[in-house]
Amino acid sequence: MGEKVFMQGNQAMAESAIRAGCKLFFGYPITPSSEVPEYYANVMETRPEEGVMFIQAETEVAAFNMVAGACATGHRAMTATAGPGFDLGQEAMSYMSAADIPSVVVEVQRPGPGDGEILAAQGDYFSAVKGGGHGDYCNLVLAPYSVQEMCELMQEAFDLAQKYSNPVVLLTDATLAKMRESVELPGYKEAPDPKTVRNALTGCKGREPHKVVTCGDGAVQWEEFNLRLQEKYAKIAANEVRYQEYNMEDADIILVAYGSVARVCESAMKLAREEGIKVGMIRPISLWPFPNVAFEGKKGKKFLVVELSAGQMVQDVKLAVDDKKDVTFFGKLGGTTPSPKVVLEQIKKLV
Amino acid sequence: MKAIYEKPQVFTDAITTYCGGCGHGIVGKLIAELIDELDLRENGILVWPIGCSCLSDRYYDMDAFMALHGRAPAAATGIKRADPSKFVLCYQGDGDLVSEGMAEIMHAAIRSEKFTVIFINNAIYGMTGGQMAPTTLEGQYATTAPKGRKEINSGFPVHMAEIMGMMPGVCYSERVTVTNPGNVAKCKRALKKGFENQIAGKGLSFIEILSPCPTGWKMSPLKAMEWVDEVVAKEYPLGLIKDTTKEEN
Repeated sequence: MGEKVFMQGNQAMAESAIRAGCKLFFGYPITPSSEVPEYYANVMETRPEEGVMFIQAETEVAAFNMVAGACATGHRAMTATAGPGFDLGQEAMSYMSAADIPSVVVEVQRPGPGDGEILAAQGDYFSAVKGGGHGDYCNLVLAPYSVQEMCELMQEAFDLAQKYSNPVVLLTDATLAKMRESVELPGYKEAPDPKTVRNALTGCKGREPHKVVTCGDGAVQWEEFNLRLQEKYAKIAANEVRYQEYNMEDADIILVAYGSVARVCESAMKLAREEGIKVGMIRPISLWPFPNVAFEGKKGKKFLVVELSAGQMVQDVKLAVDDKKDVTFFGKLGGTTPSPKVVLEQIKKLV
Repeated sequence: MKAIYEKPQVFTDAITTYCGGCGHGIVGKLIAELIDELDLRENGILVWPIGCSCLSDRYYDMDAFMALHGRAPAAATGIKRADPSKFVLCYQGDGDLVSEGMAEIMHAAIRSEKFTVIFINNAIYGMTGGQMAPTTLEGQYATTAPKGRKEINSGFPVHMAEIMGMMPGVCYSERVTVTNPGNVAKCKRALKKGFENQIAGKGLSFIEILSPCPTGWKMSPLKAMEWVDEVVAKEYPLGLIKDTTKEEN
């Protein structure tokens, strides 16, 4: 690990990406993600020895496709955006998953729909986790809940993208992106030699040509292509489930939350415990693959799912629990975040 | 016995999906010859578009990236910026470059990306079955312009080579065609110039090629060639539009 600093989420995350060997950033400014491209642009000028390249793309459409091209060469590259920009990137998300391109995308959630607002929200769960683009594909989606975890998952995202040749989405929100916390920055990692990255376009000297192609050639061939992709997703689903449990031993009521609102729920859980209410919490970290295993064998427990949305992750919770009648939802919309006391009131309704 | 003609080495044995009389195949062969002549096979990455040429990765024994519709210049930007040592060729048709990907080609030119763009202008959407392109001539029939393209509905044909010539980031822009052996030779010279500019690290090179589409135009191959020379080339004049590399010499 590196030095301990007091740093903003977006900036700490960008520094971690650079230290993970991601020297290429293609992006379009959008609140609340703009500190990431700004950070890269600054490092390009102030730390020339690190060989960082930042390109401000004309659109998110272009930025995501630039990332696709750059990652196809075996180099580490990324972009960062917010909901409206992530929408524009969807064709490339579908493409990169189909083309086995190991890419990393940061999505800082803000409230939609439409032009929306710029505060914290979790309404882009569906587009990140279910795949907002066309066809049957999956993004590996990681949801940190602190600046420290943002830094760690940022670095891990590049390894996972390469391990599975698939896009990894780091799904954060405006609160995490903008808040400052004490953080121990990760150390520098050596990016892999592009020639060792599977199917990387490095020029075909001394080997068979590599082709990055997602174009079908008849139903039989295309079914085989799709089945091979499904094998990739099955491997990810089997190996990359992440979640954290809190006070589960004696819990009667289990909070379920991810991202910044999980911090609120953590406080609400403590308040409830002080009043003698046995509350625990499950915090999904991998949103896809969803941690179904964390919900098994808990029939009769009461689950309270708290989201900054009208109810998106709650659908996955209902699929994961033994009895969906055990699941209650509490959501806040439009950029509002509940206080721990407000969540405590919701907990008390279940007692 | 001395061989006087051979298939370019970079070509695979794959059979193209092009119709008889199509210009793509002629241009494709010129690209292959130049890859051989300039020894680009082992250090090159070909970026292909959506359209009639979308299976082109199969024809060349080289690394290739089959881009999304219109996004070839963005993908090529990512590739060239990640590894500037590679020769990167971006090949696009008129639906891809002028319609779906207008932003991407314009901004690649604005940034003066150091790759070569080949633009096949056949004034129609070939692969999807003869729909109107932004380059379709006024009055020209298309399945989505059944009484011919009308200004009031669809505006005017787009002159990409001239537009690119106006961009400071473009070092070379020329419009050529492939309708007879003389024109094919001129086309190859233009392509070679575009390739060499990239090898020399100069700005974006843009070669627009007027290409016959007998199937889309519902003409015989011969008639389609004549139509390029007599009608299409009137709208889109052939010739050099810009070459800043000459001034440097």
